[in-house]
Amino acid sequence: MELVEKIFETRELNVNMGPQHPATHGVLRLVLDIDGETIVKVTPYVGYLHRGIEKLGESMSYFQALPLTDRMDYVSAMANNIGYCIAVERLFGIEVPERAKFIRTIVGEMARIANHLLWLATHALDIGAMTVFLYCFREREWILELFEMICGARLTVTYPRIGGVKNDVPAEFLDSLWKFTEEFPTRIPEYETLIDQNRIWLKRTKGIGVISAEEAVNWGLTGPTLRGSGVPYDIRKHMPYDAYDKVDFEVPIGTEGDTYDRYRCRMMEMRQSNNIIRQCIEKLPPGPIMAETPNFTLQPKDKMMPITHPTKEHAFYIIEKACKGCGMCLRACPAKAIFGEKKQPHKIKQDLCLGCATCYVTCKFKALTIVPGGKGFPEEKLAELAVPPDKVPEDIKKAQEYLVKHFEFIKRGPKVPQGDIYIATEVPKGELGFYFISDGSGKPYRMRVRAPSFVHAGVLPRLCVGHLVADVIANIGTIDIVLGECDR
Amino acid sequence: MLIDTSTGLIQVEEDTKILPPNVIITTLDKIINWGRLSSIWPTTFGLACCAIEMMAVGASHYDFDRFGIIFRGSPRQADCMIVAGTVTKKMAPVVRRVYDQIPEPRYVVAMGSCACTGGVFRTYNTVQGCDTFLPVDVYVPGCPPRPETLLEGMMKLQEKIRKEQARWSPWR
Amino acid sequence: MAVVLTRIYIPPKGLPPTEIAEKIKGRFPEEVVEVIEFRDQVSVIVKRGRVLEICRYLHDDPDLSFDHLQDLCGADYHGKKEPRFEVVYNLYSIKYRHKIRIRTQVPESDPSIQSVTSIWTGANWHERECYDMFGIVFKGHPDLRRILLPEDWEGHPLRKDYPLKGPELDKDWKGFVEVVNRSKELKEFEWKG
Repeated sequence: MELVEKIFETRELNVNMGPQHPATHGVLRLVLDIDGETIVKVTPYVGYLHRGIEKLGESMSYFQALPLTDRMDYVSAMANNIGYCIAVERLFGIEVPERAKFIRTIVGEMARIANHLLWLATHALDIGAMTVFLYCFREREWILELFEMICGARLTVTYPRIGGVKNDVPAEFLDSLWKFTEEFPTRIPEYETLIDQNRIWLKRTKGIGVISAEEAVNWGLTGPTLRGSGVPYDIRKHMPYDAYDKVDFEVPIGTEGDTYDRYRCRMMEMRQSNNIIRQCIEKLPPGPIMAETPNFTLQPKDKMMPITHPTKEHAFYIIEKACKGCGMCLRACPAKAIFGEKKQPHKIKQDLCLGCATCYVTCKFKALTIVPGGKGFPEEKLAELAVPPDKVPEDIKKAQEYLVKHFEFIKRGPKVPQGDIYIATEVPKGELGFYFISDGSGKPYRMRVRAPSFVHAGVLPRLCVGHLVADVIANIGTIDIVLGECDR
Repeated sequence: MLIDTSTGLIQVEEDTKILPPNVIITTLDKIINWGRLSSIWPTTFGLACCAIEMMAVGASHYDFDRFGIIFRGSPRQADCMIVAGTVTKKMAPVVRRVYDQIPEPRYVVAMGSCACTGGVFRTYNTVQGCDTFLPVDVYVPGCPPRPETLLEGMMKLQEKIRKEQARWSPWR
Repeated sequence: MAVVLTRIYIPPKGLPPTEIAEKIKGRFPEEVVEVIEFRDQVSVIVKRGRVLEICRYLHDDPDLSFDHLQDLCGADYHGKKEPRFEVVYNLYSIKYRHKIRIRTQVPESDPSIQSVTSIWTGANWHERECYDMFGIVFKGHPDLRRILLPEDWEGHPLRKDYPLKGPELDKDWKGFVEVVNRSKELKEFEWKG
């Protein structure tokens, strides 16, 4: 008997999975202890994409940190931007105009559809349904093109701003979006026919990764991952922001709490998002898109039109008489386009100049002038055109002052009241919270991001244990994580 | 038909002659490079935001396959590595290990600002450009680059491979 | 059909946060240091000694029932305030729709606090991150290791005295230095066209 036991000795196998693995949705690493095919223990390792966004955000003003947020959850960057903007707006205490609220709701729901499409594509691809991937990317591409129409970027959009949105939506955008919303509900059944009744799909999702309602709340799960277990917690309903209290929508709730229910929840959510977009387009009110609070928000750029948007680009020129040769501009120039001896008048190499106005802002002796439309002119012509600051026409002077103010405002940030605030929004993945501690300066003293993916990745050991190795893939897919947001 | 009737060698371009009906005489460099550049197989190695755009290029709209570029799950079956995203210090040993597993000849494409220079992330845990520990062949800038930009980058890599000489030595 | 589309029941707004703060103050009078209200949100600053009891009270009390730990994070007031660190708990009750924030003071000399993983399981990774970033030790935590950074990393980056750009290359994390050095060694074997 002992001999038999010795021959058929079983021991747990230790298997490493990731960080380079096609099915881990990024750079997640799992160490699996397996007994045959059964999972005994799972240890997730995250942090392979930890870029220090929180620390970086603390070194920047509130305006500058906005583009960092769409590099967190890059699958639904728009929703992240909105979450950040809402948190900062509540901290500043500013109210967003009605039109901007509706536009944000529209783009936020578009991001939700785009996110769920990508989730479905990768989740199905991992489980083995390749066709769904191609179908989903077809519609996702459509949404990305619509994003491009309003802000010029596909993925990292930075379209919402603190106090509103960057620019108004063009009429063509609303037309093509309306067309999309008419078309999209006919596309969802296409995915569903592929997998919904598919025997393999059902076998691989039903009863996999079951988590009860109480346990899911205790683990801190949010979003569709929580609602699949039957907990009616949706921040859009619980703490309405933007225009969610003015539109009519329902929230899908699961009963079993398994992978299949979470999949159904997300599919139904896409239909609801489509409905919300349609209602918002119908109700879209006219009006401003940016809050009128000059102390807290960026003002429209057309006020500095004479400088930044002439027919030709502007040039910078140093007036020899006024220049003391202090070297301030020389050191500040990022392109190293300024040269000159100490205590001698400096000169700008026009072909190297980027036109960033850094030298203009740093000069204390008003020796630097802006020649509107002077890019590419020879030196003599610039000397002829350059006017000392006290003889500049009134409108250009105003615009120049405005430019300097704008520059400093972005760099230093506004004067923010002291205090701390935690604001959560419902992003496609769950609850995205921003916690700010303000010390009264223009930079956040502490910027904390509560990422839903981070919490969801933590629940993986609970979901996987007891299942088979192949179900690990299904479980990673069903919690819908993005490692950029998880690690920040 | 011209080719059917003519006899003798026809010079079609430099180093390449055709002997009708079906003999092509060319240099070994040229034929090997042609084979290599028409079937660059990158490993699926997504790090951050750029990986999503890389997936979009792989999907039907932009269609990487028409360049003979097919993603492989294992680095041991690949020729090329697209470093798509921010490389962190914790990830750097892994990236290097994946690179070391790719058999020669191998190429590296740094996709996105972060992989090229570190991008906006000048922080404690970000590697300032993956060329600090990898030999990079093509840099594709952008945050993230548009799919067309990545296609352009891969075409640049194809051009680079076309110009190679004697990268088929037996000890390689 | 397993998934139902419902007009979900939204409970009426629960207790105002000031009232909850009063309740905590009434129950633990010598623990509460200060109550701050800002933009309709209330922070209760407490001493660290009995934080586990306070949290358990907030979670278990049938009138409060804070079942959802929204967030747990640290904060560093280097040179601004004494004690230096704070651990911040953002709590929400899905059942009653009210919220409160608990801020616990942690001194620099002994940066440790009791773990709340026994109440909210989800606090596990948050506490590990807090330990990683601030070096605050959570007593009673089942598995307190670094989470985001490599395990042999030196320093705690989110502390205010840690440089944003990190250490110089020679003092950097040794795994990274090793990779850079090895790549220099292997450079001579690369194909030069």
